[in-house]
Amino acid sequence: MTEASTYTITGETGEWEVVVGLEVHAQVTSNAKLFSGAATAFGAEPNTQVSLVDAAMPGMLPVPNRECIRQAVRTGMAIDAQINRWSRFDRKNYFYADLPQGYQISQLYHPIVGEGAIDISLDDKNPDASGKTIGVERIHVEQDAGKLMHDQHPTRSYVDLNRSGVALMEIVSKPDMRSPQEAGAYLAKLRSILRYVGSCDGNMDQGSMRADVNVSVRKPGEPFGTRTETKNVNSVRFVMAVVEQEAKRQVAVLESGGRIVQETRLYDPDRNETRSMRSKEDAHDYRYFPDPDLLPLELDEAFLEECRASLPELPDAKRRRYESAGITPYQAAVLTAEVEAARWFDALLEAGAKPVAAANWTTSELFGALNRTGKSIETSPVSPAQAAELLALVADGTLSGTLAKQVFEIMLETGQGAAAIVEERGLKQTSDTGAIEAVIADVLAKNADKVAQYKGGKEALFGFFVGQTMKAMGGKANPQVVNELLKTALA
Amino acid sequence: MTDLTDLGVAAIRDGVRDGSFSARDVAEAFVAKVSAAKALNAFLVETPDHALAAADAADAAKAAGETLKPLAGVPIGMKDLFCTKGVPATAASLILDGFTPTYESTVSGKLFAAGAGMLGKLNMDQFAMGSSNETSAFGNVISPWKRNDGGNAALTPGGSSGGSAAAIAARLCPGATGTDTGGSIRQPAAFTGIAGIKPTYGRCSRWGVVAFASSLDQAGPMAHDVRDCAILLEAMTGFDAKDATSLDLAVPAWEAGLSADLRGKTIGIPKEYRVEGMPPEIDALWQQGIAWMKDAGAEVIEVSLPHTKYALPAYYIIAPAEASSNLARYDGVRYGLRDLPEGANLQDMYAATRAAGFGDEVKRRIMIGTYVLSAGFYDAYFTQASKVRTLIARDFEHAFQKCDYLLTPTAPSAAFALGEKQADPIAMYLNDVFTVPASLAGLPAMSVPGGLDAQGLPLGLQIIGRPLDEQGVLNAGLAIEQRAGFIARPEAWW
Repeated sequence: MTEASTYTITGETGEWEVVVGLEVHAQVTSNAKLFSGAATAFGAEPNTQVSLVDAAMPGMLPVPNRECIRQAVRTGMAIDAQINRWSRFDRKNYFYADLPQGYQISQLYHPIVGEGAIDISLDDKNPDASGKTIGVERIHVEQDAGKLMHDQHPTRSYVDLNRSGVALMEIVSKPDMRSPQEAGAYLAKLRSILRYVGSCDGNMDQGSMRADVNVSVRKPGEPFGTRTETKNVNSVRFVMAVVEQEAKRQVAVLESGGRIVQETRLYDPDRNETRSMRSKEDAHDYRYFPDPDLLPLELDEAFLEECRASLPELPDAKRRRYESAGITPYQAAVLTAEVEAARWFDALLEAGAKPVAAANWTTSELFGALNRTGKSIETSPVSPAQAAELLALVADGTLSGTLAKQVFEIMLETGQGAAAIVEERGLKQTSDTGAIEAVIADVLAKNADKVAQYKGGKEALFGFFVGQTMKAMGGKANPQVVNELLKTALA
Repeated sequence: MTDLTDLGVAAIRDGVRDGSFSARDVAEAFVAKVSAAKALNAFLVETPDHALAAADAADAAKAAGETLKPLAGVPIGMKDLFCTKGVPATAASLILDGFTPTYESTVSGKLFAAGAGMLGKLNMDQFAMGSSNETSAFGNVISPWKRNDGGNAALTPGGSSGGSAAAIAARLCPGATGTDTGGSIRQPAAFTGIAGIKPTYGRCSRWGVVAFASSLDQAGPMAHDVRDCAILLEAMTGFDAKDATSLDLAVPAWEAGLSADLRGKTIGIPKEYRVEGMPPEIDALWQQGIAWMKDAGAEVIEVSLPHTKYALPAYYIIAPAEASSNLARYDGVRYGLRDLPEGANLQDMYAATRAAGFGDEVKRRIMIGTYVLSAGFYDAYFTQASKVRTLIARDFEHAFQKCDYLLTPTAPSAAFALGEKQADPIAMYLNDVFTVPASLAGLPAMSVPGGLDAQGLPLGLQIIGRPLDEQGVLNAGLAIEQRAGFIARPEAWW
């Protein structure tokens, strides 16, 4: 599936290729921290979710939280990665005020998840046309640090340890991406998978997920250039911007005879540029070694089986299933991109709706209505069961497309069921040939001139007669019956 | 009437149980002794109220006809490495000066739950780093023992559990907690003529114990004799979900299982422990120990632990490496000392706080540890030392295919005078040459008094057992104890 890159930057010396790798930090969905029982809720008062362990009090010891391990394993399984039956926690030692222990517990040497892969697509309308597989190097679990606040007091810095010890998955891609679009698609797909699996809520604006963006440039065919790392980028759009801006900057530096230094940079969204960040003085020597407070993590078959069995149907599989039911690739992609939408749609299918009609209606009518009213699928006023009822009335001929739209609008407003609305307001479509024939006779009588023109060869007027008939019947006539009867009457 | 402070753990327990004396009388007697023994500098904090309250609880239970807890009426000393709720804990350092834990270490909590009272927090080598108790920020512990050469040199009680050892030897408490990272229970026990056992790594929870080197640190009891050690060990031991290295095993009834009958047992004598320059007295004691073992019915064979000579260098890489990391939390931010020079930034504060708060030996080990973990040297030192550690553990495995226990001297000499070795860290580190290998392998090991040297100072013998075979170690210790008939005790000069 991997295709040649088409994205290049044209400089004075010719075309440059961009090489991108992402290190995504995803906060593990768990009620407790990685090595302590402290809570992890977002937005709590500073230092209210800190255990003795998180505050690194003397004699405190870390104990791995099984749920965090489980989520990392499930995530690895979701990207078809190697799950390491034996992994180990290492300490990464450095001094900083947001790091109470003086070290971060991470997994440098033996991560819990090894190599995997994520398929991305660059064209939603045709997901298979321009797909690409991005390699994942590893996923390891580690502790988050605390938060420092330097702007609360003129001479003091405040420390909030609420995040200290929260479990993160660090998901490291291979340098397989070649354009801002690929980087964006990878991050969006990864986020989608994490949310399907339920291992991370993917709330990038709350910091639950953030990416370090590694960018380098090279002339096509040449070895990798020196890369820079732009830290803590917190949206798909910003990741794409970082790749674009940083690559342009690097090309400019190189073409003016400079060289790229391996450094850590920050992205400034207001100016849409990356800036060099003062690197930690001891960054080159973190002093790693196996954490002596923790035994190596050994996963048994039963645990792995439990993880495997708990995995939901993932977006790619779901998309293939939808497509094989006749849904268009574009609609399948739209329906599977967000786990909530996919769950809603699956519930609709389970309630008996026919896939193609359901997909058409969901992607146009429902999503349109939600957009219009500013609601999300989770707050949709119409439930899958109610939608299924509506679609069933269309399928059995009770409602025409036009009537269905009317009924849906009423459903949105009142929350009533489709059948009840049809019953109450008499919005039922009619196939009563006697009634329709009477109306047709009336329409033809009132438009004798047009009948003459039609018979004289102006066949386009047929639609006019259909429209008039439907109008006269308040939209309730079965269009197919109207068609047939009109043809007979005009013959 | 006997002086109650002459009694050991078992005798006090039994006496309180059968009503020979009240727990209150016992506690008061020890409290008075502790208070009068300032010259030894064994206690950093005295907690008479704790001991008396536990005693009163024991007496009340007795009066109410309740079944007494296993340690009801027994007051003990607590090494200052254990955090006890509401009582200052410094690990004998300045950097933790003023720190009072809000929590109870699992081991102290278990001992208290078993009815023990606490007489106070015992002095020690700072952060358990030292073999002579000369690294405490609060002054040396003085051994109650004196040489019989007419000199009056102040002697070391050994270290790092020197306060525990001195307090027991001086009858200030019948038993105490110790911790052993490379011999910190066994060497001071040997130097002061008492018994002490380091159980298998993982038997005792490390939760709430100030960490020195996590993969080696293990709590254990120190007391007058083997039985008392068995009683205390039973109360201290057990699985703790708060320590990921804790062993999820039931606690054996070690006291009930005591037997000095070693028939059918094989004792291994590791030939590599015959180190160059070992004093003849130490060798003679070792030979005596072998004879006692045979007398108890055991077969004695020579075994080989070929990597022994690498144990000490490996230990002095691994332990400082872990220590350098474990002690990083003492940074002046959250508790303890903070030194904030005028205009200092964060790095300055760290540097000033740590410079002021850590003693020389602790700084030395932090620097060694930082060095051996640094990127350019990690493989040359830490990785290599870890491999050596594996080989040493394998040596023991091989030996234990042929024998049940190993018998060695505990330390290469008797207690030395304070100040004698302080200038030479290497000479000091050699004190641990016989104790460190078992620590690296995580094995249970015990020191029991074997006799006195020509200057009248105690010498210890060490028994090392298979993993989890504390019972075997205690039994072999008991066999030696019965035959050694060690009754010497220091004269109360303090």
